[in-house]
Amino acid sequence: MWIYQKSLEYPVRITKTDPRMALLIITQYGGPDGESAASMRYLSQRFAMPTNESKAVLNDIGTEELAHFEMVGSMVRQLMKNATPEQIKAAGAGGYFADHGKGVWMGNAEGVPFTAAYFQSKDEVIANLHEDLAAEEKARATYEYLIRMADDPDVIDALRFLRMREVVHFQRFGETLVSVQAAMDEKKFY
Amino acid sequence: MSAEQAAALEALMAEVFTGVELNLYLDTHPWDEQALMCFNRHSAQLMELKHAYEARYGPLLGFGYSPSPDKWRWNMSPWPWEMA
Ligand SMILES: [Fe+2]
Repeated sequence: MWIYQKSLEYPVRITKTDPRMALLIITQYGGPDGESAASMRYLSQRFAMPTNESKAVLNDIGTEELAHFEMVGSMVRQLMKNATPEQIKAAGAGGYFADHGKGVWMGNAEGVPFTAAYFQSKDEVIANLHEDLAAEEKARATYEYLIRMADDPDVIDALRFLRMREVVHFQRFGETLVSVQAAMDEKKFY
Repeated sequence: MSAEQAAALEALMAEVFTGVELNLYLDTHPWDEQALMCFNRHSAQLMELKHAYEARYGPLLGFGYSPSPDKWRWNMSPWPWEMA
């Protein structure tokens, strides 16, 4: 069960309209290394986790990713909200506007829809945790690409927060992998 | 949302974030007593801030985790994505 808290995890306060940036950032909403894929990956994989520690880590990081999903959606909306159709067209976002208006939709930066094929969930803790480590690094890299393309300090501030969280998640998954491997080694008899 | 309310909410968000970070850390370092003390100290501070915030500005959590005295207040404050 989840309880909704009526606040973001970290403030998103963007007042400068930029539909082009909105539709780049949207890949972290519904793209291959985005927050939705991350959250659904961990919350699905947690059912197959074998230790108290690994269940807690997958559950809690999967939950935090939902808060990031909400932050990214807020960024997209705030960047788009006051754009005129002319501005949107000039930004090369006319295709998105034709399909969604200024609605926030789950796709990547090229308009490819979200798919569960972005992640795996197996009854294999070692495979799952290696995927999770890679996922965090890929998300970190994507935030760095986005930061390089952004110029509004308010946008960069929120992107930096999200990038930093991927680094922390990578760290926690690494610790979890080590402890799961130690628990598995203890159970082996030669 | 007034500047005063926004500041109160941000102070609370900072406390919640501390809780998130310490929670994840303790998931993989459950033996770290200093971190555990820190977590419990922040948890108590968060509860205090939550009660003070809700008494002034209305419910912060849904589904009964926050009271709504005398009328339905859940939908009266702005939503998180509307705070630009
Ligand atoms: Fe993450």
